[in-house]
Amino acid sequence: MEYFVGIDVGASTTKAVILDKSAQILGHSVIHSGADFGAAAEDVLHKASVGLKKENLGRKIVISTGYGRRNVLFADLTKTEISCHAKGSYHYFQRAHTLIDIGGQDSKIIKIDDGGKRIGFKMNRKCAAGTGAFLEEIANRLKIKIEKLNGLAEKATKNVTIGSYCTVFTATEILTKIRQNIRVEDIVKGIFESVIKRALEMDLLEGNIVMSGGVVAHNPYFVKMCEQKLGKEIFVPPLPQLIGALGGALFALETKGGKHA
Amino acid sequence: MSEEKKPAIKKIQATGHMRKIMADYFYELDNAMKQGSPKIAWCTSVGPAELLLSLGFLVYYPENHGAMLGSSRQAASYIPVANAIGYSPDICSYLTSDVGAFIKKETPLSRAYEGIEGVPIPDVLVYNTNQCRDVQDWFSWYSKELNVPALGISTYRNIGNITEDHLSSIEKQIKGLIPQLEEIGGNKFDIDKFRHILGLSYDCTQLWKKVLETNKSIPAPISFFDETIHMGPAVVLRGTETAVEYYEVLLQELEERVAQKEGAVQDEKFRVYWEGMPIWGKLRDLAEFFISLRTAVIASTYCNSWIFDSFDPDDPFMSMARAYTEIFIVRDENFKELYIEKMVDMYGINGILFHDAKTCPNNSNNRYGMPERLEKKLGIPALTINGDLNDLRCYSEEQAKTNIEAFVEQLANK
Repeated sequence: MEYFVGIDVGASTTKAVILDKSAQILGHSVIHSGADFGAAAEDVLHKASVGLKKENLGRKIVISTGYGRRNVLFADLTKTEISCHAKGSYHYFQRAHTLIDIGGQDSKIIKIDDGGKRIGFKMNRKCAAGTGAFLEEIANRLKIKIEKLNGLAEKATKNVTIGSYCTVFTATEILTKIRQNIRVEDIVKGIFESVIKRALEMDLLEGNIVMSGGVVAHNPYFVKMCEQKLGKEIFVPPLPQLIGALGGALFALETKGGKHA
Repeated sequence: MSEEKKPAIKKIQATGHMRKIMADYFYELDNAMKQGSPKIAWCTSVGPAELLLSLGFLVYYPENHGAMLGSSRQAASYIPVANAIGYSPDICSYLTSDVGAFIKKETPLSRAYEGIEGVPIPDVLVYNTNQCRDVQDWFSWYSKELNVPALGISTYRNIGNITEDHLSSIEKQIKGLIPQLEEIGGNKFDIDKFRHILGLSYDCTQLWKKVLETNKSIPAPISFFDETIHMGPAVVLRGTETAVEYYEVLLQELEERVAQKEGAVQDEKFRVYWEGMPIWGKLRDLAEFFISLRTAVIASTYCNSWIFDSFDPDDPFMSMARAYTEIFIVRDENFKELYIEKMVDMYGINGILFHDAKTCPNNSNNRYGMPERLEKKLGIPALTINGDLNDLRCYSEEQAKTNIEAFVEQLANK
């Protein structure tokens, strides 16, 4: 058996997906990227392949993607995260749609046509607003564990507006809100709202919407807020954080002419 | 479509010739400053240089110096110096880096040319606001600092059709400069000399146009990145025999490349239009990156900006007014869109890259929906990357390259 591997080295996390020749997921993993992207890629592959036959790992095609894609020395090819996310998203949602991916360092909006062809994309500007990094920074400032944000936002009872684009100014704005005795739950929801606004204002969002990325994977309430804002249901694929890695693995499969739909 | 091992940029043989004439130009200015003669005029890059040359001035272009500060990656150490005296990091980074360097008494000229210790101090500063208002503010700073007169032409902005009213106003302003320039330079205006110089400028600009248009061939013989270097003489030496001779040499070399089907990018697969300013500190890096993606950036508004088709020695003032008013940057959105559309057709362009230069709004044409309109109209994709002409703090290397690579992947899947 041959394995088809996608490794997505993001600014915050590194993800791996291993497929067989019929595009079934055999293994997957997510780890923190840390400072050594090459080591993270090896580590994530090792973790994703637990339980798989070691001898088969010698027969694999690897496509790396993401911020650190060129640090994956054992990759056969690299592809941008734009292409890989589009590929992964279309695998689960085979209709024309717009993918909103909110990653650690960047947010992207990718438009995909009926046939799975990418017809346009936009990434956030050189700014953390509208990305996972913004949430991480603010969670850190509030001394809240990042995984607690979803639960807190759900308990919000008031709408709080965070007006600043800038992460640093937002921290100052939050201090003001704390001094005004505004509840942390309401502030966290305001922070979610801020990320959503920055991400959604990048492009026109018409038709079917799919969302992916770490923020989406860990914060279902965030998706619910997006649905309320857009007034429509949003499709979230299984393993939303791994869509880029899955796309890479599908491209790997494609190099062998394999089935991937 | 992934970036592969960096291939070498193909060297243009005429580069040595260009370096020599540029060196001669800067030494001539340096000598003039040291000897007090001839007089030196500073001029904006699309200012009335031909008039100044005809009045016997040597002409120096601070924007060219700004580009040198950018390409030598020294701008970052000078911009904050200008910020500290009240010039915002959000305004033209040519201005801030140039003023900052002047305050620190440093220049890339002294690194490049032995014996040159500073920029040539002007006897007069002459601007045209056809590019932006920043040039006026820039020259005004020097005017106060050096106690030197700043004279200028105020051009209309956002023009659709150019009318006789526009032109007669500009013509009047050009003529109005003459008495003061005669007094400062000590030479009487000579219409025949003016006609001659305008004729040389016309010849230079026509050759430069032919150089750019060699890229209509497939593969394209010269990249946008090389063009930004080789347009130096069209900017600072137009109006001289030297520039005309140089472009004859360069044109011949590129025509030979065309005949031999030798492209600037090996195995050229895609052809891209660059709209906006160069990112001076990243020219080589981006040139290599595009080569690795088998993508040729082959035409640009920026390099076209030194084509002045209207110069006419038989009608020097009015034709000069027209030439410096009809350029892209002065025009309205509708004109600009039609212009790019024409370029896309002429050069067989597959995609348009807009550079949103943080400190140069007048050269960042993505900001009012143009990429989206052109995508729709022309059926080819457009990409916007964020950066700046000189301030590399506004440029994210990884983000820009991921965007470009994804754009090329999109072209490949079209």
